[in-house]
Amino acid sequence: MAEESDKKPKLEVVQADGADEGCVTFVMHDEDHTLGNSLRYMIMKNLDVEFCGYTITHPSESKINFRIQTRGGSPAVEPLRKGLNDLHEVCQHVLNTFQARVNEFKERQDQPME
Amino acid sequence: MAAVRDNVEEIRSRVILGEFGVKNVHTTDFPGNYPGFDDSWDMKRFQKNFRIDVVHLDESSMEFDMVGIDAAIANAFRRILLAEVPTMAIEKVFIYNNTSIVQDEVLAHRLGLIPIKADPRLFEFKNTEDEASEIDTIQLQLKIKCSRNPRASKDSSDPRELYLNHMVYSRDIQWIPLGNQADVFADSCIRPVHNDILIAQLRPGQELDIVMHCIKGIGKKVAKVVNSRLDTCSREVLRHVDLKNLVKLGRVRDHFIFTVESTGILPPDVLVTEAIQVLMAKCQRLLGEMDSTDME
Repeated sequence: MAEESDKKPKLEVVQADGADEGCVTFVMHDEDHTLGNSLRYMIMKNLDVEFCGYTITHPSESKINFRIQTRGGSPAVEPLRKGLNDLHEVCQHVLNTFQARVNEFKERQDQPME
Repeated sequence: MAAVRDNVEEIRSRVILGEFGVKNVHTTDFPGNYPGFDDSWDMKRFQKNFRIDVVHLDESSMEFDMVGIDAAIANAFRRILLAEVPTMAIEKVFIYNNTSIVQDEVLAHRLGLIPIKADPRLFEFKNTEDEASEIDTIQLQLKIKCSRNPRASKDSSDPRELYLNHMVYSRDIQWIPLGNQADVFADSCIRPVHNDILIAQLRPGQELDIVMHCIKGIGKKVAKVVNSRLDTCSREVLRHVDLKNLVKLGRVRDHFIFTVESTGILPPDVLVTEAIQVLMAKCQRLLGEMDSTDME
């Protein structure tokens, strides 16, 4: 929803660890604790993940370094994808529950007035 | 064994408030940390335990409880509500004439802080290079001149009687429709949220002739578009000094009380809905990036 001010890619991969696909550091541009911490929580809940963490490299640059290490050598993009999907589902469920509750509340408010 | 089990339960589910510090703050229930517990992500368990209770809701503020969600995600909603929900605010101020005491830049700064009652969902974000068009800009005008009141009595010293238009309020800002905005917004005219914000004071002979462009922005980029204030806190437990050795205070880890106050542009339940959708959009964008780089 933010403006695409330039054509910089949102997600980059730091090619740091040789042939091991299970340990990867991702660089995400224009992100901060808002997505970083919630995504970290969802990915840590994955049984396959040995390590997951993120840092903000410098507070004046809005980008985060997001590191995932998997047990068993499966590629690190898989837990990332699963974490994003899970976070999306959580938000959807929160949204549905919230809207249902608000509508209930509004109906309950209208009823005593009738 | 039962005592150990209770202790573990406590560490997992409570944040302890000691006399001098808070313990057990971080979430520790990740898979592998506790033998005998299955902590991996289970959507069904989350849906079963998750609950929202609305305590209070009106036009400008609401209060609701969210139970069964982790601090990381609740905090993400809080951060988005404060800084990333889009709002319409005055961005460009074209000053054609300003003979008041208030300096141009101070006046422009004050105008930028005024909340404008226009639904940001009906507008697009504006690219900085493009010309202002009807889908992304609202044009407002402030044209006012102060003059002496000919009917004032000779010896009065009350400015309200002596001068006409000596206080410039936000209700003096008029909307100039661009393009098809007159039809689209025919029933809800666009104006500042509050009518009585004092912008400047004038004396006879001073006038203001200003045109303003109002665009959609988020708090992160433009500090003046912050939309709401929000308090997230776990349920308060009172402390009594004489009982401190007998009482252990703990806060339930996953129970959050949200208090959302809106500036008036959008009702608070719409704000929360928008915030959740912003987080979903962020996930979608990253997923889209990942898929497009994989396909290359």
